Amino acid sequence: MSLDILFYILGGLTIGTALMVVLSKHPVRSVLYLVLTFFLISANYVLMNAQFIAIVNIIVYAGAIMVLFLFVLMLLNLNKENEPKHSPLMTIGAAVAGGGLFLVVVAAMREAILAAPMIDANSEQVGLVENLGKVLFTKYVLPFEVSSILFLAAMVGAVLLAKKEKQTIE
Amino acid sequence: MIIKLIIVVALFAITLGIAAYLTLMERKVAAWMQDRIGPDRAGPFGLLQPLADGGKMFFKEDFRPTNADKWLFIIGPGIAMFTSLITGAVIPWGPDLKIAGETIALQVADVNIGILFIMGAVSIGVYGIMIGGWASNNKFALFGAIRASSQMISYELAMGVSVITIVMMTGSLSIRDIVDQQHGFWDNGWFSWNVFKQPICFIVFLITALAECNRAPFDLAECESELIGGYHTEYGAMKLGFFLFAEYVNMFISCAIISALFFGGYNFPGMDNFSGNTLAILGTLVFFAKTFFFVFVFMWIRWTLPRFRYDQLMHIGWKKMIPIALINLLITGVVIAYTEGWFSKNKDNESASNVKMEQPLGVNTSFEKTKTGNSL
Repeated sequence: MSLDILFYILGGLTIGTALMVVLSKHPVRSVLYLVLTFFLISANYVLMNAQFIAIVNIIVYAGAIMVLFLFVLMLLNLNKENEPKHSPLMTIGAAVAGGGLFLVVVAAMREAILAAPMIDANSEQVGLVENLGKVLFTKYVLPFEVSSILFLAAMVGAVLLAKKEKQTIE
Repeated sequence: MIIKLIIVVALFAITLGIAAYLTLMERKVAAWMQDRIGPDRAGPFGLLQPLADGGKMFFKEDFRPTNADKWLFIIGPGIAMFTSLITGAVIPWGPDLKIAGETIALQVADVNIGILFIMGAVSIGVYGIMIGGWASNNKFALFGAIRASSQMISYELAMGVSVITIVMMTGSLSIRDIVDQQHGFWDNGWFSWNVFKQPICFIVFLITALAECNRAPFDLAECESELIGGYHTEYGAMKLGFFLFAEYVNMFISCAIISALFFGGYNFPGMDNFSGNTLAILGTLVFFAKTFFFVFVFMWIRWTLPRFRYDQLMHIGWKKMIPIALINLLITGVVIAYTEGWFSKNKDNESASNVKMEQPLGVNTSFEKTKTGNSL
């Protein structure tokens, strides 16, 4: 049962930091809270015995993507003063859109069985790299390959964009 | 539990102690290369110099710029130190020790994602520098931080690919498995250490490790002729000490990783003549000897080569290291596939292993080790 308590603490912290991403006034702090959120999500993965997903989440999201976010924000040096003014209409629109999304997510969770244990104690082997790799390359090989083609396309696109800009300068 | 705690505390103390004395070693090596004597005032041969430096760091005024972000300014060096210290947890420092009938693994945690854990810690290490540099509210610090982080992101890729090559050959992400597979020195008519099987991979890893540690010739982050001191320009007292210290811890740990991944870790020629605790102690000593050799190589490079220009650095990272590592990965993959018999006409073996793989997840909890791991 101590694992359940741990789950609730971690879950609460995750939601707390996720809220701080939105509530924090300073963009750089927002990004740092988002990094913290990724760490806590990884902790949740570890709780579910998915160490590989946990560490890949840290390497890819916290270690690479968020660093680039931070990079851009630090260079832009956004302050409260030079933040563009936005109308109250935008705030209302954002609230409606966000609320709608929240409603959909909650509605999708309606069927979830709340009485089921938070952590499956017998799932020790599920998250191991070997098992994950085997499942990815046998049962889910098509989605896996399709998503890798998507990544390749994105990569080629990024290189092409960067190159085009260089030609116009010269 | 208590034994693990002792190992953790011992590892912590040893890493910090070694890092402290690496500063002295660096200055002595530099002095030797430049035909000087180096620090020799504090104690015999200057042996008390690190203590004197540390004491000085502690008693200096803890200064903080007026416009600095207070918390982030403090957190920056903390993260740098933390990430460099946690990496030591997954490194196997020696063969198992047996005391009073109990087997003690000289490793804090043999997690099955060991090498990825290190990659993760390395990728988080950027935050210490970035946050520290940004929070200082100084343009030179910011420049240094941005240089450091873009450099680390660029070289992480090549490092990751070269690690994948080793993982492919071993069939395991656990560093202990990787080390154990390089048992002894000579095996099946070829050297058993990975450096002899993957020399290109080793060179790529060595160069990227230098870059990840922000050491010369890749120390553009603290390039004093352009950026004053780089990301730690505004830091003083022990906060500066943490940044400098973390660099030495990083160097020690990356040298340990290089010797574990490529130079057989605690394996040495003729290790089969020993057993039990003798082997454990000898193995640990051998591992530390290898590590210190690479520390010396790092220092040697620092005091020999001039610093790269920034565009050269990016050029080497993206256009040289990554393609070399990728081609090496491809060749390794083809060779492994060939030794597995994928290209031979007799497909019976392959189809047999495919049937085994199709079992649903979670039902078969005792998967056999993949074949790839045992052949090379």
